[in-house]
Amino acid sequence: MRARLPAGLDILRDRIRALEQGGRNTTGVLPFGVKDLDRHLPSGGLSLGAVHEIAGGGEEAVDGAAAALFAAGIAARRPGQVLWCVTRPDLFAPALRQAGLGPDRVIYVEAGDEPSLLACFEEGLRHPGLAAVVAETARLSLVASRRLQLAAEDSGGLGLAVRRWRRASEAADFGQHTASATRWRISPAPSSPLPVPGVGRARWFVELIRCRGAEAADFTLEACDETGRLALPAELVRRSSATRTGGRRAAA
Amino acid sequence: MLAANTAALAQGARVGMAATQAQALIPGLDVRVADPAGDEAALGRLAVWAMRRYAPVCQPDPPDGLAIDATGAAHLQGGEAAMLADMILRLKEEGIEADAAIGPTYGSAHAVVRFRRAHRMIAPDAVDAAIAGLPLAALRLPEALIAHLHRMGFDRIADVAHRPRAPLTLRFGHDLGRRIDQAYGRVDEPLVPVEAPEIPTVSRVFGEPIGAPETLERHVTALASELCAALEILSLGARRLDWLCVRVDNRVEAQRVGLARPTRDAARLSRLLTDRIEKIDPGFGIERMTLSAVQAEPLDWRWGKSALGETEGPDLSDLVDMLSNRIGAQRLYRLVPVESDVPERSVGKAPPLSVAPVLDWTPDWPRPARLLKRPEPVETMALLPDNPPTHFTWRGVRRRVVRADGPERIFGEWRRRDAEVWAVRDYFQVEDEVGRRFWLFRAGDGEDGRTGSQAWFIHGLFG
Repeated sequence: MRARLPAGLDILRDRIRALEQGGRNTTGVLPFGVKDLDRHLPSGGLSLGAVHEIAGGGEEAVDGAAAALFAAGIAARRPGQVLWCVTRPDLFAPALRQAGLGPDRVIYVEAGDEPSLLACFEEGLRHPGLAAVVAETARLSLVASRRLQLAAEDSGGLGLAVRRWRRASEAADFGQHTASATRWRISPAPSSPLPVPGVGRARWFVELIRCRGAEAADFTLEACDETGRLALPAELVRRSSATRTGGRRAAA
Repeated sequence: MLAANTAALAQGARVGMAATQAQALIPGLDVRVADPAGDEAALGRLAVWAMRRYAPVCQPDPPDGLAIDATGAAHLQGGEAAMLADMILRLKEEGIEADAAIGPTYGSAHAVVRFRRAHRMIAPDAVDAAIAGLPLAALRLPEALIAHLHRMGFDRIADVAHRPRAPLTLRFGHDLGRRIDQAYGRVDEPLVPVEAPEIPTVSRVFGEPIGAPETLERHVTALASELCAALEILSLGARRLDWLCVRVDNRVEAQRVGLARPTRDAARLSRLLTDRIEKIDPGFGIERMTLSAVQAEPLDWRWGKSALGETEGPDLSDLVDMLSNRIGAQRLYRLVPVESDVPERSVGKAPPLSVAPVLDWTPDWPRPARLLKRPEPVETMALLPDNPPTHFTWRGVRRRVVRADGPERIFGEWRRRDAEVWAVRDYFQVEDEVGRRFWLFRAGDGEDGRTGSQAWFIHGLFG
């Protein structure tokens, strides 16, 4: 899409971006390595120095298993240590290992309640030496998310808020406005077909619900491999899977 | 006879017996001459040990007790219950039979530990329930007074605690009322912290009491750099810091801060200390402030990575210190592989800054992202012996299985428990119509009744 625009517009865009960032140093992006996805995101990947929200769709809003693996895959593709803050310790570490986050890379923080979880999240984001900070949180107010976003901008860290609610009915909370840079919803999809009976590589229905400077979109992708990389399903590689869903900005 | 150990008591020896009588009763009894001065010195040493290990404010309570003010320190030991258990176990390892209780006041803890074997933890609002039924001797009163009270028909604390105070005071003196109030927390009972001269300590005395958080911050920062200078002379780094604030009403507000590695960096120490200012209640003002490195160790200098291509990861120990002082050291960990095939046993906790584990989980079999705390039973329909279920019902929702993988057979660990000699679990990964993937297992191999109940359970959710 961008290739069709005249060169002058790109320069203008860069200048607007520089103005928006208000003199803060740009910290770069982390590409997904999936062409369709990266092309859709405004800077060619997930921006660092920002907080991104990830939730599960439908029943997954309570378990957040796919959302956690999606976050693990992103964190695994950055070098360094990962801080993972939880209130409910039900994460199974061998699964993170299979998404590329080995036992030597994750430090778990088991907070007693939501406020102290957010405090730990913010403290981690302020530390410049971490690859990513993941927090499994139910409530994220506008004020809290703005604090987190500012902390991430200061240190250039990558914050991943895995939204996870006690009941599926509370997931409507995901429609509330927050200061996060992007917002994702991950739902499990039927796995890749195999020529023999069995379960193939897991697939996710990945929805980009909100993103600064890009429109909402959804993709069907193959889940993280052992290095945390997503992939385009084989039968879709030949054609673009990105479908524009212009009107759907707010989450239902 | 002044004291006897459990073995002697079991054989019939009693405190207060003549030594010769006890010797006649128990052949080969080991009798030692009482040494009150030596006992007191040993109790003082024990108090210093407890101060180093558990809490900043410890006071020997002769003849046989130790008073510890655990406020602001229990978080480093994983909570109050864990601290008590650790205390009893460690003393036992040293050959000291001890019992411990924790309560909102020293008086109530003192009473409960000596006169009641159960209920070691007294909730802040349950002092009355904990001590009302105890005999009057639990109140730390002189023997003559207790005898006097007995003659008047008072046997238990409840008999005197809820009575009008004036007639009691007139008849029995002020001691009774004071001890009751101390046990119930109506009057303060400040402990005098034991001091050990070998611990590096710096302190400040204020002519005018201070209380504002900014002032506290300024002074504790100055104290931290003084302490670092003191540690530099000793060439040590701090592992545990005690910050004591003595208030004008003679109460001691104490905070303890732990560090993952020995540190002599004033900026880092003061950052950890200022994070705890909000926990300090200055009351009418603080007149003396003390900072001591209760636990100090040589700094562990390490060689920097010098070879080309090797880069040293950023230092996370400051973040780890910050978080573990805030939420507790036990709540910050790594999950590392443990040599076990049983899924719930294959993960163990390790300290956050430990070195990389040698073992690894087998990457071949799929593992779920969420593991249920305990397997939940599901209703299924499956062909025996090794077919996956065709559908299952979990938490009231019936799901049709479209695809499945398995079985992955996991055997019980006979070396751990006798009950697991024959136990078998057959794990299946199943997928429903919408693509949600679940981890089910059958307890048993589907043929032999000894291997399990053949019932189905769900154990985890894949992403």
